[in-house]
Amino acid sequence: MTEMPATVSSLTSLVRDPHRRERLLLGAAAPALALVTAFVLIAVVMAVTDQNPVRAFGLMLDYGTKADSQVWIINKAIAYYLSAVAVAIGFRMNLFNIGVDGQYQVGALIAAWVGGSLAFTGLVNIPLMILVAMVVSGFWAGIAGYLKATRGVSEVISTIMLNAIAGSLVGYLLKEGRLAELSGNIVHTPDLPDSSMFFTIDTGNGEIWGTVVIAVLAGVAYWFLLGRTRFGYDLRAVGHSDTAALASGVNVKTMVTGAMLLSGVAAGLVGMPILLNDSGNFGNNFPGGMGFTGIAIALLGRNHAVGMAFAALLWGFLERTGNHLDFEGYSREIVGVMQGTIVLSVVIAYELVRRWGLRRQQSRVGAELAAGRAKTNDAAEVGQ
Amino acid sequence: MVANRDIDITVRRGTVHALIGENGAGKSTLMKILYGMQKPDEGTISVDGRAVVLHSPADAIARGIGMVHQHFMLADNLTVQENIVLGAEKLHGIGAAARRRIQELSDAYGLGVRPDVLVEEIGVADRQRVEILKVLYRGARTLILDEPTAVLVPQEVDALFANLRELKAEGLTVIFISHKLGEVLAVADEITVIRRGTTVASVTPAETTPKQLAELMVGTELPVPETRESTVTDTPVLEVSGLHLSGTDAEGVVREVLSDITFTIHRGEVLGIAGVEGNGQSELVETVMGMRRPDGGVIRLAGEDISRTATRGRREAGIGYIPEDRHRHGLLLDAPLWENRMLGHVTQRPNSNGPWLTGGDARRDTERIVEEYDVRTPGVDVTAASLSGGNQQKLIVGREMSHRPRVLVAAHPTRGVDVGAQVQIWDQIREARHEGMAVLLISADLDELIGLSDTLRVMYRGRLVASADPAAITPEQLGTAMTGAATGTLDRPGPADDPGAQGSDD
Repeated sequence: MTEMPATVSSLTSLVRDPHRRERLLLGAAAPALALVTAFVLIAVVMAVTDQNPVRAFGLMLDYGTKADSQVWIINKAIAYYLSAVAVAIGFRMNLFNIGVDGQYQVGALIAAWVGGSLAFTGLVNIPLMILVAMVVSGFWAGIAGYLKATRGVSEVISTIMLNAIAGSLVGYLLKEGRLAELSGNIVHTPDLPDSSMFFTIDTGNGEIWGTVVIAVLAGVAYWFLLGRTRFGYDLRAVGHSDTAALASGVNVKTMVTGAMLLSGVAAGLVGMPILLNDSGNFGNNFPGGMGFTGIAIALLGRNHAVGMAFAALLWGFLERTGNHLDFEGYSREIVGVMQGTIVLSVVIAYELVRRWGLRRQQSRVGAELAAGRAKTNDAAEVGQ
Repeated sequence: MVANRDIDITVRRGTVHALIGENGAGKSTLMKILYGMQKPDEGTISVDGRAVVLHSPADAIARGIGMVHQHFMLADNLTVQENIVLGAEKLHGIGAAARRRIQELSDAYGLGVRPDVLVEEIGVADRQRVEILKVLYRGARTLILDEPTAVLVPQEVDALFANLRELKAEGLTVIFISHKLGEVLAVADEITVIRRGTTVASVTPAETTPKQLAELMVGTELPVPETRESTVTDTPVLEVSGLHLSGTDAEGVVREVLSDITFTIHRGEVLGIAGVEGNGQSELVETVMGMRRPDGGVIRLAGEDISRTATRGRREAGIGYIPEDRHRHGLLLDAPLWENRMLGHVTQRPNSNGPWLTGGDARRDTERIVEEYDVRTPGVDVTAASLSGGNQQKLIVGREMSHRPRVLVAAHPTRGVDVGAQVQIWDQIREARHEGMAVLLISADLDELIGLSDTLRVMYRGRLVASADPAAITPEQLGTAMTGAATGTLDRPGPADDPGAQGSDD
């Protein structure tokens, strides 16, 4: 749904161009192959531990496709998708932003506090909160970007450390008398006024969070920015080859800082679905760890705007049905096994399909050239 | 894919057998088959009359076939001896026995290898001898040398040929791959020409001429590359004055990589820089392109000071760039051709309009480049990595020329490119020069330098030490100057040879 215009244009070019068709097919073949492999492996694991995999998969499918499950899955996927987009922006230029986790939590805390303390109308308050979250998270990521650009500090190390610092900072600020108040045994920022909550879409079987619109917009923006703008081209060029990008005139250091900032800005959105559609405050029960989920989903979705949407939904599906399997007497850990197996299979399958595709392409280039040569050879012989 | 069909060669023991052909003619594939890196679909290979099947380089080595690659495979921070025994420790250990064997081989074939020197301290020619010794050490009786002269100056080439004759005299067999016809004629006993994947002729040097060989390689009559009518004007386009750049070498010692580089290129002029690789040419190019920040000096483009302009600004101002290493600096290997067409020119038409990319226009223009510059590819959606080296280079040349540069910085524009494409690239450079383009040409191919340049400079240890008139100089004279032996005195003293300490830069 996000990618309608893109899909239409790809479809028309599919008919025209066999090379693009093949690339698209290869693109789809990898995740399909990976998922099949993963489920076979999972079935083996379950069979070995005396659990009936066929029944389990049946139960999952059954429960996961129920209407209220679907709503739950979509709502869960919103934040996952946003997190994946934030990670993918880094991935596209070979930056590994492991710090999305810390970035969104710091951003969401400050945004929740701003929204809860200032009693503007929702029309002002909601955009303000989103903006604050993006700026704060962007700043947090920007620290790592700046360190990498000026001091060559690996972003992997600095973002992990910034995660730890973010955890402490949140812990420090989330105290009564600082940014938070106490209710029961939960410390949280002042509740947002009702007018500052995001709208929901009632389906009759539960409410889909309106923040799904933010995810869709973020997906479109991601696709457009990276694929259709000069900035995106520069960013991808650095990702392909920083030496070639440098020679082509890209200021690699600026791009590093820029991409990290942008990744952080996107990370700022990760906390919004929960804050604006669910909790209405940032408390010590605010969900964490979604930054790491985003890494898995970006890998699974191949940094592709649509691919990541499917991956986020799959993740939601697994979590939803995993809870259910627990009721049915299966071990709860099987979901973790599934997620891990899927990510591993996907990464391996992508690499295999990529290599195979490159070899195929090279041999096809060779074959067409050989055919061309044979023709000119014949012509030459006729001429003699 | 049929890279080779109906290849028939017979290489007799104790001979130097040259294998020539354009790039993409199938030489490399043939070599890979002979060295066990690739398996033939049909046909047989016989060594000493016995049919063999080579599954891997190890098989080939066991049969006495060794290969010296075009790109040396040596560890810089190990000594010569350590490099030679690396991976062959089982033969003679790593101690005194190994050293004795190395010395023996070195003496027997006149290689003059010093076992205890670190590889990073020795020059290109010495490294090549280490590579040869490495192969001999493993018991090779047949040596395959892939374009061994590409990195050598004429004097070193002569020394290499002397080594090869030595090997031959000892009963060893050498297969020599090249596309430099003069060299082939000088050293080979027999010559096999490969074209379009098949052997088209087997000749001996006595019965052929360079021109005939070239025509056999290309399959048509060659255009004569020399056109001497001068298009040089007196309008300066690129002026470089007092350029200094210091760098840190492997030991952490700061030394001057470029010192007091001063030159001017006019409209319609090709300035060629000769020099053994590693004397500062790459750094000069990268400084002119804005990829390195000099410590001092001024660069002007058409009178405008661009010393502080970033690379992108310089490119937009009209500096085209054919980089020395196209894989590292010229292409995005995993990206399709049409995205590669944007590289370096993404801010310009037809690639973008304001901040937005115009992919459709870029694709159409890539198709035009593919057509006009004869890039052999099934389409513009294949990745750059799947093209052969020569076709990658043609794409780069086409891309740079399409933006009508005022100055073209061309580093080894025809390296690793077949004869046909080479002639084509030369023609394009000449044509653009005729229309007023200025060219800074760096090349290791002295014929190319002399044939294309209007003015020649020699670079040695980061300085422009000599200048020469390409109409009057021979490759041998130039080669001598490149080794630093003929500093400043080719046909007249180089003007840049006088640093003068005038403090024109800070």
